Amino acid sequence: MYFTGSFPIVEKKSLGAEIYSVKIAAPDIAAESTAGQFANVLAPGFTLRRPISICDIDNIEGTVRFVFEVRGEGTKAIANLSAGDTMDVVGPLGNGFDIPEEGRLVLVGGGIGVPPLYRISKLRTRDITAILGFRSYDKIFLDQEFRKNGNNVILCTDDGSVGRKGLVTEPLAEELDKGGVSAVMACGPAPMLRAVADECKKHGVKCQVSLEQRMGCGVGACVVCSCMTVRDGEEFYSRVCKDGPVFDAEEVKF
Amino acid sequence: MITDALKVKIAGVELDNPVIAASGTYGNGECYTDLYPVAAMGAVSCKGLTLEPRLGNPPPRIAETPSGILNSVGLQNVGVRKFADEILPKLEDSGTKIIANVAGATLEDYVKAVEILDTTGVDMIELNISCPNVKEGGAAWGVSAKNASAVTSAVRKATKKPLIVKLTPNVTDITEIAKAVEDAGADSISLINTILGMRIDIKTRRPVLHNNMGGLSGRAVFPIAVRMVHQCYKAVKIPIIGMGGISSWEDAVEMMLAGASAVQVGTAMFTDPLAPIKIIDGLLYYCIENNISSVSELTGKCSDWE
Repeated sequence: MYFTGSFPIVEKKSLGAEIYSVKIAAPDIAAESTAGQFANVLAPGFTLRRPISICDIDNIEGTVRFVFEVRGEGTKAIANLSAGDTMDVVGPLGNGFDIPEEGRLVLVGGGIGVPPLYRISKLRTRDITAILGFRSYDKIFLDQEFRKNGNNVILCTDDGSVGRKGLVTEPLAEELDKGGVSAVMACGPAPMLRAVADECKKHGVKCQVSLEQRMGCGVGACVVCSCMTVRDGEEFYSRVCKDGPVFDAEEVKF
Repeated sequence: MITDALKVKIAGVELDNPVIAASGTYGNGECYTDLYPVAAMGAVSCKGLTLEPRLGNPPPRIAETPSGILNSVGLQNVGVRKFADEILPKLEDSGTKIIANVAGATLEDYVKAVEILDTTGVDMIELNISCPNVKEGGAAWGVSAKNASAVTSAVRKATKKPLIVKLTPNVTDITEIAKAVEDAGADSISLINTILGMRIDIKTRRPVLHNNMGGLSGRAVFPIAVRMVHQCYKAVKIPIIGMGGISSWEDAVEMMLAGASAVQVGTAMFTDPLAPIKIIDGLLYYCIENNISSVSELTGKCSDWE
């Protein structure tokens, strides 16, 4: 079940260079949302809505939180909204993560791929390792909030300015080697997802990836946001908005 | 009943209102039911079908443009048989009229696909001779009066169902094509399909769409659609379904004044999923305010300057 409407912005914060956190009061959307789903947000003045992942849900406040990056004119128009304005939202949309109750969870996020994982980090106080990769020290966001939730946070930067230098796959391999991991959930750039999926396959651990694609309707009607998938040896295009955005990594042809 | 004011008749089929979901923007009616029932629509033109299933084009398939979008889906669909067996049964009791949109590479493909649909419960068939996003067939049928006539008359022989032919705007004179398909037995024409366009990413120096080119739709094309509908209205006697950038009830009124008997709404739903409902409500309110007992009275009522 999804909803549409204009919802009041109750909080807006900057989390760093071109990264914004916006919370809207939308109790119906909050009640229906699960970790990994997204909403299609109207960029005032634009034809296409912008798909933005749901970062957090608060069913007591009745709020939904988005953390997004300004990438172009559309996301800039959304970032120009302030507390007190309304945000025109269609959501929650798509399929979220399938979170096992047993075993350790490893979350792997790259850059703006971090927010869709955040909700999972709040679901348990232990047995979650969050491996978060950023370009450099000045691009890091949300890491402290993962820590506050009791996650074991491993920071990586491309230039080594903070945390470990290099790719997220190295600490991922170490975590998988320790054993006991029931699921890896990842979101980030395609090359990162491919590497994460390969690493999980090597270790025989189930991996879910959240994909990104240019979208139209956001509800499965227009089939423009396709990604190549394979099931039972048959290749076909799936809709990222409706069949995803979270897919079983084994079914995705990267 | 006051809502009877919105009833329109196209090729013998009565629609509760003149607002039809445009093919390719509404799936097969299942995608917006969280917001409103399919029965609210005057009719639904289902996702374009071909005889055999099609994978469609590689992504990216969409790009935003000023007041519009470019798309190049490439007729991804399950094929007409699966549509008839699995999708249509779920739709038939939805309380709206079902239009099957059919495309093909060859004349034989069109005829075979329509023969299958002829045995089903679809209310109307919309012949897509205007898809700009496939390598073979598609718009090739719609850009010459001779080809458009040939495919229309072949399909006409294959079905008794009301036949709408969907025209491409990528032609020099659309009235020639409109007249050709009317003569070949079309019961109605729908226009405009998308206008061929292209965007290039200046960083990568590559087209934004993987198919290089795509079809432009949305508000940007509305004046072109109004012009072409008006030209066709003066050239043919069969009813016209107008589309291209309609996003408000005012646009729908304008399109009907230009000559449309009904309208299709597509891209507007991407901006506002409630757009068709708002258009239907607005049309009804407009009729009440202006003492219009039937919305059909608007059709073609634009008086040109001498």
